[in-house]
Amino acid sequence: MSGARFSMDSPVRIRRAWPPGHVRAPWYLRGCAGVVCRVVGEFGNPEEMAYGRNDGPKLMLYRVRFRQVDVWPDYGGPPRDTLEVEIYENWLEEAGAEAA
Amino acid sequence: MSDSHGHSHPHGQPHPFQPDIEDSALTHYQKLELAVGELLMEKGIFTGDDFRRALEDIDSRNSGDGARVVVRAWVDPAFKERLLADTNAAAGEVGVDAGAIPVTTVENTPETHNVIVCTLCSCYPRMLLGLPPDWYKSRAYRSRVVREPRPVLAEFGTTIPDDVEVKVHDSTAELRYLVLPMRPEGTDGMSEEDLAKLVTRDCMVGVTLPDKSAD
Repeated sequence: MSGARFSMDSPVRIRRAWPPGHVRAPWYLRGCAGVVCRVVGEFGNPEEMAYGRNDGPKLMLYRVRFRQVDVWPDYGGPPRDTLEVEIYENWLEEAGAEAA
Repeated sequence: MSDSHGHSHPHGQPHPFQPDIEDSALTHYQKLELAVGELLMEKGIFTGDDFRRALEDIDSRNSGDGARVVVRAWVDPAFKERLLADTNAAAGEVGVDAGAIPVTTVENTPETHNVIVCTLCSCYPRMLLGLPPDWYKSRAYRSRVVREPRPVLAEFGTTIPDDVEVKVHDSTAELRYLVLPMRPEGTDGMSEEDLAKLVTRDCMVGVTLPDKSAD
């Protein structure tokens, strides 16, 4: 998809940031590394729309896959278990190639 | 009154009534919702009848719609491919309106079991499954199923072998998710109508599996 900073299989990390206000990047994934498993498309930015600012630039949305053992160091299940979540581009940064 | 009515409260005192809806004060957001709704009707943006019909449409949805979609995917491989590619369009083929929000169908296979949650609130494919159950909205389910999905599934009676990947989908943004369960063994001769009875709401959230023996 044009205009997407990341593509399928890009290693990404969710920014380690805790801004106030309406945020859609789940707290428990901040700082976690995963890979892009789908470029979903552009959507209005919910962090702006929550305050009635509906005319701003659209944001690319991705599905990102994490290994559970990378999210929870003491994860009790097998290492093959995964978690997928939708993350907007403003929350993603490039990660090293070590992510699954 | 006899003493055989099966509950214990001190007699001679007022019976403890269940509180009525009006007994607790409206929250800020309940007042806001009422005020905005009344304002929109006063301004003629929509009528009270429009509002009622919209609520009735939401209330009339149930997991039978999702089950019809799932069963068609079981019996028609070409339909299954279309469902995985574009759920909203494919649902329309079987007369199910999946709504304006894009739904992604995730397929259970011998290698992967999918389960759905929304940790931020309670996003749920309402157009296909109806209103979400209270447990889906509970803090316990939302916080635990991402943290320890296998023990949570076990509490629903669902044990996933360790050589099968458990994939949790945290539905946080613009998409909704529907789990396409695997068709149970021993259902070859069944009609679509009978198959649909095996496809419960919980199967399509991914916390249980279709159970042939429950038929």
